[in-house]
Amino acid sequence: MNSRLGRLWLLAGYTFLYAPIVSLIVYSFNGSKMVTLWAGFSLRWYAEIAHDTEVLDAFALSLKLALLTATASVILGTMAGMAMAKYRVFRGRTLFIAHVNAPLVVPEVITGLSLLLFFVATQKIFGVPAERGLWTIWIGHTSIFASYAAIVVNSRLLEMDRSLEEAAMDLGARPHQVFYLVTMPMIAQALMSSWLLTFTLSLDDVVTTAFLSGPGSTTLPTVIFSRARLGLSPSVNVIATVTVAVVALGVLVASLWLAHQERRRQRDETLAYREALDAAARPTLP
Amino acid sequence: MSNPPTLPALSSAQRAQRRGRRWVIGVPYAFLLLFFSLPFLVVLRISVSDMEGVHFTDLLTYLDGVFTLKLKVSNYLFLASDKLYLDTYLSSVKFAALNTLICLGLGYPFAYFMARSPAAWRPALLMLVSLPFWTSYLLRVYAWRGLLDDQGVVNDLLVATHVIDAPLKLMHTSFSMMVGLVYTYLPFMILPLYANLVKMDLRLLEAAADLGASPWKGFWMITVPLSKSGIVAGSMLVFIPTLGEYVIPELLGGPSTLMIGRVLWDEFFSNNDWPMASAVAVSMVALILIPLVLFNKYQNEATGAGARDTP
Repeated sequence: MNSRLGRLWLLAGYTFLYAPIVSLIVYSFNGSKMVTLWAGFSLRWYAEIAHDTEVLDAFALSLKLALLTATASVILGTMAGMAMAKYRVFRGRTLFIAHVNAPLVVPEVITGLSLLLFFVATQKIFGVPAERGLWTIWIGHTSIFASYAAIVVNSRLLEMDRSLEEAAMDLGARPHQVFYLVTMPMIAQALMSSWLLTFTLSLDDVVTTAFLSGPGSTTLPTVIFSRARLGLSPSVNVIATVTVAVVALGVLVASLWLAHQERRRQRDETLAYREALDAAARPTLP
Repeated sequence: MSNPPTLPALSSAQRAQRRGRRWVIGVPYAFLLLFFSLPFLVVLRISVSDMEGVHFTDLLTYLDGVFTLKLKVSNYLFLASDKLYLDTYLSSVKFAALNTLICLGLGYPFAYFMARSPAAWRPALLMLVSLPFWTSYLLRVYAWRGLLDDQGVVNDLLVATHVIDAPLKLMHTSFSMMVGLVYTYLPFMILPLYANLVKMDLRLLEAAADLGASPWKGFWMITVPLSKSGIVAGSMLVFIPTLGEYVIPELLGGPSTLMIGRVLWDEFFSNNDWPMASAVAVSMVALILIPLVLFNKYQNEATGAGARDTP
């Protein structure tokens, strides 16, 4: 089809995707208290947020939560992904797969509500959890986001060459050795990307958090959400700009790291290949 | 567990393998059963319970040798008969369907042009679509409040270019909510469509052209039918989450924009009516199961047909 129309369509599409982000950044440097009225370049909202303890405390909690969630999600997700990829037959496999997929389609208002009512019930019966806060939110996030990690790891395992694992096993490696020495290096990239994915999902979550947080546990999205609900707020623009800067930096570092890995892998392959050639060229011993 | 003596003894490696397998399946299974399914059963139970102050009545009581099972279905009867709830369900489905159609209309050409662009550009174009995912979704939705405000960028632009004389009321309407929904879910439509279109065998189009088909006809008779699975996958990824959306209607929607997720939230947080909120949650799951079952059926048929076609 027409390539000029194509270019125009793509340009319009990317403008649509990026205009809101650009506008947030531009208006974060606005000196006016009225967010939409431009009153000259200023850093006053940045100075203000550096002393905004509500935002800073919430950010610290969000960061802790996201670290815990991402780590737990990758561990559980890797196990679930392996269970689905490796064991083609076991009792309850269909139900297991349904369980892994369900958190991806059930709306968060439902997951959040059910876990809260569950915690209220267990508190009444067992006295656990004593109060809602970091740990209840963590369980909620992990129960949803582990599925994302499971899907990523599962699809990587399915495209992986299984004969290496079998070779290691034939050569007498124990299952945990096979996992740490063969499987894990091969799925390292999938583990890394699912960790980053679940980290950002947790850092961004507002609905599940709202149901599971207690009085003293406000996360950054909760603060943003309550401020955004009231109207436009310069502080939210500043938070957005900082987020975008951090993400841009992260993407840059990640792509440099991936490029480095790729180069190293290619170098190793060339070396191995050359060695194999040398070995083949050597005269065989009688 | 000890093995029956009739079986040959397992080597220690085999035993370790079995143990590993049990853990790898058991741990995530137990976690999801405990923290995902069991809580939903609690919701089911509460949706048919009566509240006495802060306590729920027992469903099953035993008195003088008689078990009494008391299920309060009035919440469900109310959901099925109340006009406000019915309107909310209908409008949730309507907004989700509209969002799916708009995303398809905008996203299909977008994915198509991406897939037909020079191969060297494609990784960058693809990254630009997925990059916004990594920044906060909440902040990106919030950004539209600034853009669509009465004194926002969009109104300023329209007034400055004399398209309109006075600012339009864009914010807090169904329009602003639709903009937010399309904005958020467009990448979910583009990515599966792109993945599908980029793999297409272009020689089919050449063959069609050689046989005299116009490019337009080739597009409709070859490209679109071949991308059917991408269309279905993208539509599912847009339709289902939109049904349960809460943040976008709350931040961008009007006071009269009805969405089911918002009703659940209000029943719980504003009215403190836990049984009612639970009943809404159960009915929402039922609403989501319908497209899911249809999708599953479609996929099974598609793979079944594929298996038949390949010798």
